[in-house]
Amino acid sequence: MPTDTASKAHAMEPDCSCDLMVVGAGMAGMAAALFASSRGLSVAQAGALGGIDFSTGMLDLLGMHPVEELHAVDNPWQGLEALRRDEPHHPYGLVPDADVRAAFEDFTAFLAEAGLPYDGYADRNARVLTSLGTVKPTYRAPCSMWPGVQAMERKLPCLIIDFIGLKGFSGRQIVEVRGPEWPGLRSVRIPFPGCAGELYPEHLAWSLTEMDVVDWLAESVAEHVQDAQAVGFPAVLGPYAAPASTASSTASVGAASSGLYDVIARLRERLGVEIFEIPTMPPSIAGLRLRAAFETFLPGRGVRIYPQKRVAEWERTDNGGFRFHIAGAGEGDIEAVVEARGAILAGGRFFGKGLTADRHAVHEPLFGLPVLQPKHRDEWHREDFFDARGHPLNRTGVEVDARLRPLSENGHPAFPNLFAAGSILANQDWMRAKCGAGLAIATAYAAVQSYQNSLS
Amino acid sequence: MTKALKPDAARVLIIGGGVTGTGVARDLALRGIPSLLVEKRDLAAGASGGNHGLLHSGARYVGSDPEAARECMEESALLKRLAPHCIEDTKGLFVAVPGDDEHYIAEFPDLCAKVGLPAKELDPKTAMAMEPHLARDVIAAYEVRDGTIDPFMLCLDNISHACSLGAQMLRNTKVTALNVEGGAIRTVSLHNEKTGDELVIEPELVINASGAWAGIVADMAGAPLSVVHSQGTLVITQDRLSARVVNRLRMASDADILVPGGSVSILGTTSVRIDDPDDCRPTVEEVDRMLDDAIAMVPILETTRYIRAYAGVRPLVADTNGDANGDGDSNGGDRSVSRGYTLKDHASQGVANFITITGGKLTTFRYMAEKAGDLACRKLKVDVPCRTRTEPLPPSDAGRWTDPRLGARTWVDRAEEGDVILCECEMVSGRVVDSMMQEMAQDSKLSALSALNIRSRVGKGPCQGCFCGPRVTAHLYDEGWLEADRGLDELKEFVGRRWRGKAPILWGVPLQQAELQEALLCGMLELERKP
Repeated sequence: MPTDTASKAHAMEPDCSCDLMVVGAGMAGMAAALFASSRGLSVAQAGALGGIDFSTGMLDLLGMHPVEELHAVDNPWQGLEALRRDEPHHPYGLVPDADVRAAFEDFTAFLAEAGLPYDGYADRNARVLTSLGTVKPTYRAPCSMWPGVQAMERKLPCLIIDFIGLKGFSGRQIVEVRGPEWPGLRSVRIPFPGCAGELYPEHLAWSLTEMDVVDWLAESVAEHVQDAQAVGFPAVLGPYAAPASTASSTASVGAASSGLYDVIARLRERLGVEIFEIPTMPPSIAGLRLRAAFETFLPGRGVRIYPQKRVAEWERTDNGGFRFHIAGAGEGDIEAVVEARGAILAGGRFFGKGLTADRHAVHEPLFGLPVLQPKHRDEWHREDFFDARGHPLNRTGVEVDARLRPLSENGHPAFPNLFAAGSILANQDWMRAKCGAGLAIATAYAAVQSYQNSLS
Repeated sequence: MTKALKPDAARVLIIGGGVTGTGVARDLALRGIPSLLVEKRDLAAGASGGNHGLLHSGARYVGSDPEAARECMEESALLKRLAPHCIEDTKGLFVAVPGDDEHYIAEFPDLCAKVGLPAKELDPKTAMAMEPHLARDVIAAYEVRDGTIDPFMLCLDNISHACSLGAQMLRNTKVTALNVEGGAIRTVSLHNEKTGDELVIEPELVINASGAWAGIVADMAGAPLSVVHSQGTLVITQDRLSARVVNRLRMASDADILVPGGSVSILGTTSVRIDDPDDCRPTVEEVDRMLDDAIAMVPILETTRYIRAYAGVRPLVADTNGDANGDGDSNGGDRSVSRGYTLKDHASQGVANFITITGGKLTTFRYMAEKAGDLACRKLKVDVPCRTRTEPLPPSDAGRWTDPRLGARTWVDRAEEGDVILCECEMVSGRVVDSMMQEMAQDSKLSALSALNIRSRVGKGPCQGCFCGPRVTAHLYDEGWLEADRGLDELKEFVGRRWRGKAPILWGVPLQQAELQEALLCGMLELERKP
């Protein structure tokens, strides 16, 4: 029997009719919306807070394989080849290298246009410094972090700046951990100009949209630079990459203000050394910048975004498409109805709520798709959190056919026009293989391609 | 606690930093006998920190063990007077639901009366009104004098008082040999598991207060003690579900006590025989079994959010009362073993200066320490009476941060300029962390994160260390407590310990939280690659 809400939604005029509905606003959802709109499809997108907010901004392709050997991947393309051989069911097996490369190129080209340029090597991973002092391999890093990659590679004399009151970021820790192999590394803790008490990355980033504050910061740092050839800051050097004047009207900026790369250019000029950022603990500005770039620039490409809104329910339309109910603010509220000829499910895993779990089983809550999973909860996790093999639950997810269509219980695609992308896919452990962004981007690309092929 | 150590000044070596060992240290200190307490991990790291924190009225044992019931009744009344700061006098309910043994329900008031234990019959409606989360079909209810007690604060206050009177303590220090010669322990070899330091001391008397490890320690002196290990698992809810302790009115079984503690509630407990106390860890199976059972008494337990599970090991000593069955297959078997304490003089086994005090209950720890102290005095030929029966337990600086309210209060009332909140779930600030580090100065660089977790609320909130772990680590580096890559080891150890308790309750929101933690620590920070 239809619920009140469902019948209400049934009666609603669609707010939007489009080719493709993207369910999910994380990296995969954003990538799918981007790729689909680039191919001339009309797109709607909805999704609650996505993993993108918790991203460090780095785009990993494949950082570790085999994970149980804790083996860092140097050449990610060779790594992918080995991964496809060792794990035939891994979703990377569904996307040929040429498409992975094309997907990364399109994705980073869009971000560069949005003011977030990326850098990286053609065929090897870069090693990036983390806030813990560990080093992680990644394929593409924001240009704001790139001089740090080079400074570490060349072991240049380098200074890490740390602000009193910024939690979870200790320059001293980075120096203590990395010092043995990078003797020229120093750190200094300074007050952030004009701020005291607890500092929040977002506040610091916004305050640096004032050039006066940037100059003030440069003055506080200048005396400490000494022999350093590069100075690393926590990633707070501006909220958004593009000058705020070109950004969305939601940006609450008054007077003329500067973007990330204006801040970096000014600091470089004032201090006479290379400047780079080190990602802070999530939610980090680097992730917020990514989300802002998509939310600001995708609508201009024809994507109808329902930001921070969840898809509550769906029904089939007479012509085989979907009607999606976009949840409103209150319990049971429906804000809008979207009709779409096809859909990509990119809702992420548990944190993104693309998957849910109760005491007995894992579910895919929106379509009720079968989820590949261990039989019993005591097989979900290993005894040791850091067990190199990763937890079996990490590999649960939605199984798809070669065209990335989720399978129903009978092993056939659940719907001819429903596709899945990103971390919701089964048979992968992005957290251990360090392939989250790459998996999202590559499978979103392939899912969009499959969908487009299905239309012709 | 910051005085330079002089282990040779100690006449008595106490093994074990749980509530019994720290209680003995204080008992002896008040009698003027200097002791050294060694603990292989940290205070309250075993069963003392792995129980409900229930100050038993004794009513739970009126059917199975009237003597233990009487001890609990007397000791809980005493502790409410002597250590009120560690106690919340919540009162308790015993409630029965349809299907519970009617014979036991009928017998309960008489059993209480026989022990002299006050139990006030309540109309079920009254009980359900007093505790709204109780099942709506309660058929019988009694009010008793249960309360709750903070075992971490208790251990910290005990040892702080003892150390202020001349006792000494070494944590992370394991006994590796009890060297017996001529019918007595002549030397004891100690090994610091963190620094690798070795130490040999020559105590006059050794008191084995190592709880579940008592049999292992006794074996080292060639004085076997038959100890069986009964693991009990408990789960913590995110919210406090009752004002009072809620007991199931039936013979002791799994999942029949729900104990409030600060802002949470604790449900327990199981009884599962394990071979090695070091293998103690809560399991999915035990948690599920408990929830399936307990929802009959408190239905919201099916849907409420959990923070973590944990487990402790009850040492059940077979050869004292002679009533431990050897099979251990059934819960009834272990539950029928006396929960009374065991005081063993190993002189009968040819080791004159060796005592074991184990078993018993959190509620009766003081009484056990008194009995051990009395025996120690006889052996040392010292004639000083016990003073813990009358001397209040002074609150200590070391113990105060275990109070879940203090972090927030301190922050709100008198946050210092420049201070920051490191543990946002429980509002523990950087200055509070600094004060605890200074308090433990002598060996605070070892297992600092885990030590802070025992001494405060750090890591005990819903994030379970996901954010506070890296934040506290960064802070400890900034303040110079950590060097080289030691902090990464600490963080791994801390997260690994918290994980043991989290893994069994990972569904719903806690699973989302755990995924975020793995995405952060492994996906982004590659901490699993730290050797």
